[in-house]
Amino acid sequence: MTLAMAGISKSFLGVGVLHDVDLDVRAGEVHALVGENGAGKSTLLKVLSGVHQPDAGTIAIDGEERTFANPRHAQDAGVAIIHQEFTLLPERTVAQNVFLGREPVRRGLVDTVAMEHATAALLAEIGETGFGPDAVVRRLSVAQQQVVEIVKALATDARIVAMDEPTAALAEHEVALLTDLVRRLTARGIAVLYVSHRMPEIFALADRITVLKDGARVTTLTAAELEPPTLVRLMVGRPLSAYYPPRATEFGDVRLEVRGGTAPAISGIDLTVRAGEVVGVAGLQGAGRTELLRAIFGADPFTAGDVLLDGRPVRLSSPRRAIAAGVAMVTEDRKAEGLALAQSVRENALLVLHAVFRRRARVGAARTRDLLATVGLRSAGEDQEVRFLSGGNQQKVVLAKWLAADPRVLLLDEPTRGIDVGAKAAVHELVREQAEAGMAVLMVCSELPELIGMSDRICVLHEGRLAGELPAGASEEDVMALATGHGVPHVEVPR
Amino acid sequence: MTALAERVRWAPRLATGPAAGTWIALGLVVLLAAAIVTARGGDYLTQANLLNMLSRTTALGIVAVGQTIAILAGSLDLSVAYLIGLTSLIAAEVMAGDPAMIVPGVLAVLAASALVGLVNGLVITKLQVNAFIATLGVGLVIKGILESRYEGPAGSVPVLFQRLGYDRIGPIPVAVLLMLAVAGAAALFLHRTRAGHHVYAVGGNVEVARLSGVPTTRTTVLAHVICSLCAGVAGLYLASRLGAGAPYVGTDGGYDLESIAAVVLGGTVLAGGRGGVSGTVAGVLLLAVLDNLFDQLVLDAFFKASCAAP
Ligand SMILES: Nc1ncnc2c1ncn2[C@@H]1O[C@H](COP(=O)(O)OP(=O)(O)OP(=O)(O)O)[C@@H](O)[C@H]1O
Ligand SMILES: [Mg+2]
Repeated sequence: MTLAMAGISKSFLGVGVLHDVDLDVRAGEVHALVGENGAGKSTLLKVLSGVHQPDAGTIAIDGEERTFANPRHAQDAGVAIIHQEFTLLPERTVAQNVFLGREPVRRGLVDTVAMEHATAALLAEIGETGFGPDAVVRRLSVAQQQVVEIVKALATDARIVAMDEPTAALAEHEVALLTDLVRRLTARGIAVLYVSHRMPEIFALADRITVLKDGARVTTLTAAELEPPTLVRLMVGRPLSAYYPPRATEFGDVRLEVRGGTAPAISGIDLTVRAGEVVGVAGLQGAGRTELLRAIFGADPFTAGDVLLDGRPVRLSSPRRAIAAGVAMVTEDRKAEGLALAQSVRENALLVLHAVFRRRARVGAARTRDLLATVGLRSAGEDQEVRFLSGGNQQKVVLAKWLAADPRVLLLDEPTRGIDVGAKAAVHELVREQAEAGMAVLMVCSELPELIGMSDRICVLHEGRLAGELPAGASEEDVMALATGHGVPHVEVPR
Repeated sequence: MTALAERVRWAPRLATGPAAGTWIALGLVVLLAAAIVTARGGDYLTQANLLNMLSRTTALGIVAVGQTIAILAGSLDLSVAYLIGLTSLIAAEVMAGDPAMIVPGVLAVLAASALVGLVNGLVITKLQVNAFIATLGVGLVIKGILESRYEGPAGSVPVLFQRLGYDRIGPIPVAVLLMLAVAGAAALFLHRTRAGHHVYAVGGNVEVARLSGVPTTRTTVLAHVICSLCAGVAGLYLASRLGAGAPYVGTDGGYDLESIAAVVLGGTVLAGGRGGVSGTVAGVLLLAVLDNLFDQLVLDAFFKASCAAP
């Protein structure tokens, strides 16, 4: 089945988001759609799936023109979409989610047995054995939920599958599983439209690549014609250095120290971060990286062990105390933990200042504006509600919100998730700048090259314990060896 | 695969769901009540006392089952108490003591309640009014009708229809069976119909439901229609108990807030999307047991006080 979108335009409240976009996807092909945050990628996918109706333009499937007034029409026409934000019901089972809106009916009643059988068959087909159709989604890991999303798309018998940043929330080895899965889809003749900010997987998967900029199509080329730097230039409009900002050459005193930190998912963690240092935390999904950060931040405090800030023991028993003590944390899940979605950009950006540092709120406002400009926020203005921002721009607001508080210790959990290459470089520079000004940074990032590129030292966690420390510039193999608990290469870290 | 089918069919969902806690609490409270009353020389677990509790529970149970569906859909209904008064009057006035008019009376009540539910649902979905405000508003409109047209009980239901309120099959009141039938039908609706699944989806996350192709507006409206129908059935039951219609029978009984309390006690999340009917039934029984226990204790104290007085 082939898909052809032609001349698609869309605006929201008079603000143009898509301008005359053409795009076609052939059966068995992966067509990658790339562009900066706010370029209009998700909007185009939503037009394709009937969530939004285009102001102009046509959608044709196998040459036949179609209009999708709602998501159901698109499903019926064989189009399935995996949205950038999860579209699962956490309280329901896998099978109930997979068949949501299309529950099989026998004699007037939902055939729950058939539903679970069909789901089990689909899970088996894509090689998922970690959970069954009756598992409650809330209890699954993020990666497993992503698998459920894909199964949900497959269950519609879709011939055209559009995926909006399906790997944004996945760890490296899970990305490999997903790319395999995508290849298997195309082998079955399914047309895949693939949105991502991650260069390696784009080049690994895509047959053709379309670049979107400011809502207009820049070009469509075959992947073979393109090199990553060229693609980046097309997206950002300027060449971008492929290097990370230079590492620090000297550090200050120890700013953050954890001694024997123990919490439900982690035990006996010893860790120091010096002023000016960026320490990376590596580990597989479930190794306790997020738990470590949340414990330091007082969100789920340590049950045993000590935390010292600038050499003084502190009890960070709640986020409020941690913030007041100068600790900031950019959380992994921006929608659930990072933003008040119905409030404006300004209100969100100033939330921490207003809540904890009343007196600095006035000065902070100007600083926040600078920060938002530095990370290149694209919004209709500071009054725009955050929920209308593109995914990557939401992440930028979260970053600004925490940096505005001028913390001594900055905890970053996947800070660049879902943000485009240009903005990523800006965030890297920003983090480095903050470190140079004396901040201690502890950063979790599932993209290993990025983690290695940014860190002055890497702490690797394995099953809740510190498996080892690696110096700057360690190889991916070293990190993975420690993270998987194999052959522990003990490397002395120079202090 | 057969093993899977087996597991699906026999999975003890009751024991693990959010309702489990409420049933356990109910058991404990009953034991406690029995212990207290026995210790004071009474006899708690008599058939008379249990039946008394059960029949008082019937009306609240029926309303609360409907309320469960509204709440699961992420909504709620504050108009039920007024609707109960209205439907008791419709039943009594249409029947007017004539056994031949029982069926038209019941149909009129069901039609009127369905209409109210439809209005509730449409105001919430089409006019985008918050459920709290919308159903309170509709409730106040009904209140206005009641106040302008009635001063007290009116109409009469035939003796035959009163048997719904008083008859028993063996030891069990017919009305309790009615409540259980309503609860069973609601559970079947929620777990085994598409619309029921969609109620959970809409209550869990409207946007997710919409993106998955669920007809969200229709689902919310349907949840409200069912909720109002349940209130109508409760109105019928109360009319048969009273022998007439009474404008304030619903509000005096506090069915609006108590039904919501029972639903929440039963483990259904007020925000919607999680919970079920079984918990609500336990919640209703729990409220009834507590109520009954307090009644007995207060009566006891009153008794002692009046005996001590010379
Ligand atoms: N419902 C809406 N109302 C108003 N503006 C919207 C709405 N949806 C999207 N926009 C705007 O449209 C623009 C494009 O957003 P879109 O989500 O398509 O970007 P994107 O390319 O997917 O970005 P990202 O890489 O960050 O996900 C953004 O500026 C966004 O603010
Ligand atoms: Mg997007």
